[in-house]
Amino acid sequence: MEIARHWRQRATRYRLEGQRHRHTGVVRFPPQPAALGEDPEMWEPVALSGRGELYSFSVLRQPPAGYESFGIYAVGMVRLEEGPLVSAQLTDCAEADLVIGMPVEMVTRRLADTGEDGVLVYGYKFRPRLR
Amino acid sequence: MMKPIRPVGLIGYGAYVPRYRIAGREIARMWTDGQGGVPVEAKSVPGPDEDVITMAIEAGRNALARAALPAERLSAVWVGSESHPYSVKPSGTVVAEALGASHWISAADWEFACKAGSEALTASMALVGSGMADYALAIGADTAQGRPGDALEYTASAGAGALLVGPAEEALATIDATVSYVSDTPDFYRRADRPYPVHGNRFTGEPAYFHQIQSAARRLLDELGRSAADFTYAVFHQPNTKFPQTVARRLGFSEEQIAPGLLSPRIGNPYSGAALVGLCAILDVARPGDTIFMTTYGSGAGSDAYALTVTERLLACRERAPLTATYLAREVFVDYATYARWRGKLVLG
Repeated sequence: MEIARHWRQRATRYRLEGQRHRHTGVVRFPPQPAALGEDPEMWEPVALSGRGELYSFSVLRQPPAGYESFGIYAVGMVRLEEGPLVSAQLTDCAEADLVIGMPVEMVTRRLADTGEDGVLVYGYKFRPRLR
Repeated sequence: MMKPIRPVGLIGYGAYVPRYRIAGREIARMWTDGQGGVPVEAKSVPGPDEDVITMAIEAGRNALARAALPAERLSAVWVGSESHPYSVKPSGTVVAEALGASHWISAADWEFACKAGSEALTASMALVGSGMADYALAIGADTAQGRPGDALEYTASAGAGALLVGPAEEALATIDATVSYVSDTPDFYRRADRPYPVHGNRFTGEPAYFHQIQSAARRLLDELGRSAADFTYAVFHQPNTKFPQTVARRLGFSEEQIAPGLLSPRIGNPYSGAALVGLCAILDVARPGDTIFMTTYGSGAGSDAYALTVTERLLACRERAPLTATYLAREVFVDYATYARWRGKLVLG
């Protein structure tokens, strides 16, 4: 079950792939199934730039099960250039580096290790923009 | 000397070095009370969410960005490493999926200690040079491990270099020719299921690094009818600071020729990434018409030598991705305890 759940999300997680409405140009993330009665073909996959600004953040001092190895880490909400607001782990930064409004960029990192016989889960995180 | 039928070159390149470092002195503090010299000043340390796959993805994205090539046009994504996250399950398929390559590609993981990345490069030259494909991505990446307290621990580091091979007419640097030299040399190995590699003591040095590199490099220079002085820059595999300096001197290259690509004093030895990241650093400063001599080395043992010539295209491509110096500059030093936790050296009951 768990392997399939991670695998299904690979385009979204690895490439930050969202959806764009063919008529209105509206971009949404994460991808969603078409609404009842809506033509599913109206939403096309689109890889987002991964560039955005830090909208808000919080620091986890008591990580949930499976995330202990990261120690204390930050999570943030990022307003992407294309519009959507994304929640993700923040990486390559210390708490003191974080400022609301700072430019950030998407990187693909290890999200979780599901155990010795489990899969390694990769996905998007954000870091302070390199340049 | 090997030359493809169809001329090839690099149409993109990209480096990646993690932001964390541990000082050689900090490792010495733990094991020798800080006494004695250290082989490098510092080495790069992967963050707790980094591995060969994540580093290969970032280096690969940088190479594609420089080439301004849509990932769907790739025909191969090859990752060379001795620290693939899985023993069985290719890194290449995850990297290809993350880069946005199509499903109609060759993806494989290469293994040859520190020259796994250049094996992928030579294969990419052949794939493109034979006309079987137009674009192939060769990546060398490692999160190298050294046994705590072992000499290797001072240098075994992390980094990735990605080289995007395409037709010479689109290249930012043409690859003029290559030579590969191998011999059965037990200088360094890791048995299956063992966490740390070991050195074959007396095989290290002369019969291994120096013999293989000198054999490949001299053969390529001889067959090209060129000498060290004919090259603007040179880069060698760099397991420490001294070895590449020594082999360069023996082959007739000056300190100035190797300076831009000699990164081991600052980041240690990122194994399959070492020479490739050094090449990226040279391409970051090179001018059209410059010539570059690269020689890799892998334990076990073997060496690949390449002669490259920079074209006018480099100037337009260079700034499309972060320079190697940008990655080197963001260094954040960690202490031994943090390093030990991140590198899985602590056994949690």
